[in-house]
Amino acid sequence: MAVLVYTENTEGKFKKSAFEAVTYARAIADALNTSLSAAAIGDASDEELGKLAKYGAKKILKISDAQFKNYSVQGYASAITQAAQKENADVVVMLASFGGRGIAPRLAVKLKAGLAEGAVELPKIVGNFIVRKTAYSGKAFADVEIVSAKKIITLIPNSYKVEEKPETAAIENLSPSINNDDFKMTVKETVRSTSKVSLPDAEIVVSGGRGLKGPENWGMIEQLAEILGAATACSKPVSDAHWRPHSEHVGQTGITIGPNVYIAIGISGAIQHLAGVSSSKVIVVINKDPEAPFFKAADYGIVGDAFDVVPKLIEAAKAFKAGQN
Amino acid sequence: MKILVCISHVPDTTTKINFTPDNKSLITQGVQFIINPYDEIALTRALELTEKSGGSVTVINVGEATTEPTLRKALAIGAADAVRINAQPREAFFVATQIAEYIKKTPYDLILCGRESIDFNSGTVPSMVAEMLGIPSVAISKTIQVENGKAVIEREIEGGKEVIECALPLIAGCSESVAEPRIPNMRGIMSARTKPLVVVEPVQTETFTKVAGYDKPAPRSSVKLVDAAEPGKLLELLHTEKKVI
Ligand SMILES: Cc1cc2nc3c(=O)[nH]c(=O)nc-3n(C[C@H](O)[C@H](O)[C@H](O)COP(=O)(O)OP(=O)(O)OC[C@H]3O[C@@H](n4cnc5c(N)ncnc54)[C@H](O)[C@@H]3O)c2cc1C
Ligand SMILES: Nc1ncnc2c1ncn2[C@@H]1O[C@H](COP(=O)(O)O)[C@@H](O)[C@H]1O
Repeated sequence: MAVLVYTENTEGKFKKSAFEAVTYARAIADALNTSLSAAAIGDASDEELGKLAKYGAKKILKISDAQFKNYSVQGYASAITQAAQKENADVVVMLASFGGRGIAPRLAVKLKAGLAEGAVELPKIVGNFIVRKTAYSGKAFADVEIVSAKKIITLIPNSYKVEEKPETAAIENLSPSINNDDFKMTVKETVRSTSKVSLPDAEIVVSGGRGLKGPENWGMIEQLAEILGAATACSKPVSDAHWRPHSEHVGQTGITIGPNVYIAIGISGAIQHLAGVSSSKVIVVINKDPEAPFFKAADYGIVGDAFDVVPKLIEAAKAFKAGQN
Repeated sequence: MKILVCISHVPDTTTKINFTPDNKSLITQGVQFIINPYDEIALTRALELTEKSGGSVTVINVGEATTEPTLRKALAIGAADAVRINAQPREAFFVATQIAEYIKKTPYDLILCGRESIDFNSGTVPSMVAEMLGIPSVAISKTIQVENGKAVIEREIEGGKEVIECALPLIAGCSESVAEPRIPNMRGIMSARTKPLVVVEPVQTETFTKVAGYDKPAPRSSVKLVDAAEPGKLLELLHTEKKVI
């Protein structure tokens, strides 16, 4: 018996969310009185892989065969299946990221495991094994009971706090057996966005809506985001009008985020928008209309004109940051 | 090209969600059900692709008779025929098994789904079907092109996108940038009534998960307003009260 966590890396580097997954998986391993192994695919260096031990991995399986240089959902799912079998894992954890969401269902079929996608907290394991996830686009939680012996959980990024628990871990190479049918897809091009902070990972998000009138007014949004170390986001009409790229659109038809702070500026707070942001820990709303529905979902609000409030907020944020250093 | 579009039947986006007193099921009384918005996007893209290079679009749903209006709507938008697998969609593995078994008997070149259904937000069914059929899948696609039997798909990755090429058959989950959903016209609505809707009985299969219960998030305590003249106060509150900056 063991717990296995699959940790994703981007060009050989782990993001904070990978350590969230390790911390989360280690807590499950502790509760089950077993140990945690981590599997990583690609060319992370041994030094980078060693970071996984800091959060509680006792063994690290490194899968770096040439075929895995490019992403192949089938190839990755096969490799992780073999890692899970090697470790005799009863529970496999990975992030509910773009990658993890594609792999986990395939893994579930291969391992004959029950899958809970999008966990927001630790599972309950006394009695029945129950995983809490969001449902109905953030309007509810569903408690999913996994009834099979083998279990897979994907964890929503930013929903579990990273915590160190250093272990000394051995790094082992794993060379999975390869089925050529698993590599029918070829990656033609990879485009990385230039923004410094990626939206799904961001702890602070500054978001703008139609109230900002036009793309020319995003300078102040970007500036505020930069000072706070935040990512930028927007409402659907804003990306529909091509004021901002679609990758920034949050909500029911865009991406779902759960940062520590979500700052919504000139956004009315339609239910479809809230669906993407309601799991944010703190919501701040800046809107000139005191009746805007978003205030009902907010922790803090400023009733005022964005073109007046945001520049003042930028000055205050500069002073605040200067005071912190 | 034969395209199959998987349609899930979900509560309208603006529905107020309420559960039965035992918290075991959604109160469906008074709830308007619609085509899952992402599936509507998948359907539109399927129609665009067949209009360009020929072929047909079939829609499939695993559901009880109550989902038929949703399938008729898909026919009104432009699908040629519909299949309903007559079973309550108990969980993702169950639904995927039904769809995969149907496709084994009736193969398609391309299978389009939504990136997730807006009731359960899992995005599980498409990749499970692909695994059951042993074919490639793209869980979250941004754009989908098909040329000379090959699909070119932009898929979302952390902090960017990747362009992949893959021979058909293939399953893709569509996100909202794949197409602009179509509204059915009068002619579509009229012809939908007479288009074929076949009912198929489900296969037996095991299930691995079940919903133990539902719960609603605690409402946020009421908003604390900060004076517009002094937005700096906001940062202080975020720092001292919430300790998030
Ligand atoms: C099926 C479906 C799916 C959808 N999915 C999404 C989704 O994923 N994401 C999403 O965002 N929307 C989605 N929508 C659209 C959603 O219903 C709203 O229309 C949208 O969120 C509104 O965007 P907005 O708040 O930017 O614009 P508006 O509703 O126009 O609101 C603008 C706000 O700015 C305020 N304002 C104006 N000027 C100023 C100023 N100078 N200073 C401060 N405030 C100002 C106004 O008071 C107003 O509250 C969806 C809709 C449907 C039907
Ligand atoms: N009951 C169902 N019948 C047909 N297709 C479904 C069903 N449930 C889910 N799907 C398809 O799978 C996609 C992802 O759904 P889910 O895995 O439930 O989030 C949906 O967008 C549909 O395309």
